[in-house]
Amino acid sequence: MTKVIQVLGTGCPKCQSMTNVVKEVVSNYKIDATIEKVEDIMKIMEFNVMTTPALVIDGVITIKGRVPSKEEVLALLK
Amino acid sequence: MFNWVQSITDWLVYEVFNLEEGHHLAEALNFFIYDTIKILILLFIVIFFMGIVNSYFPIDKVKNYLSRNKLYGLEYLVASLFGVVTPFCSCSSVPLFIGFVRGGIPLGVTFAFLITSPLVNEVAIGLFIGLFGLKTTIIYVVSGVLLGTVSGIILQKLKLERYLTPWVKEVLANAKKEQEVFIAEKQTLKQRLPFIWAEVQTILKGIIPYVLVGIAIGGLMHGYIPEGFFEQYMNKDNLFAVPIATILAVPMYSNASGILPVVQVLVSKGIPLGTAIAFMMGVVGLSLPEAMLLKKVMTLKLIAIFFGVVTLCIIISGYIFNTIL
Repeated sequence: MTKVIQVLGTGCPKCQSMTNVVKEVVSNYKIDATIEKVEDIMKIMEFNVMTTPALVIDGVITIKGRVPSKEEVLALLK
Repeated sequence: MFNWVQSITDWLVYEVFNLEEGHHLAEALNFFIYDTIKILILLFIVIFFMGIVNSYFPIDKVKNYLSRNKLYGLEYLVASLFGVVTPFCSCSSVPLFIGFVRGGIPLGVTFAFLITSPLVNEVAIGLFIGLFGLKTTIIYVVSGVLLGTVSGIILQKLKLERYLTPWVKEVLANAKKEQEVFIAEKQTLKQRLPFIWAEVQTILKGIIPYVLVGIAIGGLMHGYIPEGFFEQYMNKDNLFAVPIATILAVPMYSNASGILPVVQVLVSKGIPLGTAIAFMMGVVGLSLPEAMLLKKVMTLKLIAIFFGVVTLCIIISGYIFNTIL
């Protein structure tokens, strides 16, 4: 079951670091997932988040407005 | 409260570096070391405290509170106060704006939040206490909150919804039911602390270079510009000083951390506090990068009205400051 991971962010430094953390976790633990960066503001607004960056896993918003730690992302993806 | 810091600094400058008291370089260095230590301690305390507050009042709660409750005119003040406790990254301003408008929150209330948020934040408060003392800080915070509140009310009266960009109007028309599909964070303070701690480190790391450069410039000016130097050009009787300072400041952008140490020296050398605060509010509160971002949701006309109203309010508060202080 491939997980669909989306990182929502308009491209500020915080959004970059969130993407890096997620990529690192996925490759280190060989998690079966696709990572998509959503930068279009119209698309971001469809998720109804107000603070970027936001992490969406299989359509559910899990983290908003802060950069998570690797452990956190791993726990969410398990 | 900070006497011990001054003692350490004096010992460093006059004993360890063996510089002569009253010498230009010695005074500049003394100022630099003392201010740096004091400000970093204060910033740390204020950012940490605000981090805790913010952890319990995340922006979604704020939005839901504002869209659910009828507050009979107090909503402007509440939105403005929330602007103080939420950290603000300008890249979030567009999503925030849409989120608020979509939640049925009036445009003016949204503006009240948007105005106060960059103006009064943990970094500005920490620096203000360190540089100007508690009394001035309280005056600054209160005036910042009132500025957001009053500007918000004025902007609401102008009925500006017409000037939103077409796609925002569409979002408004097709506003979906609020989908609250996210994992609610129910955590004890103990569980929250690591996140808050990480956030404190991130903020401090981000601003320390600015603070150091700001204090260094301030220190140099402090040591080399004669007392009262500016008084001949910019005293309180000069009616043009406040508007000129504010209008010069709007296109400039720096965060509070770089500009405040410099402003403090200007004040100590004779620039009236009100003029200096108006200048600082112009620099921190309104900026061209923010205007560029807002272009996605507002027409140029709306941005111009928004900036115009806020600039006007800043100028008025500058005059008020100069009159009462």
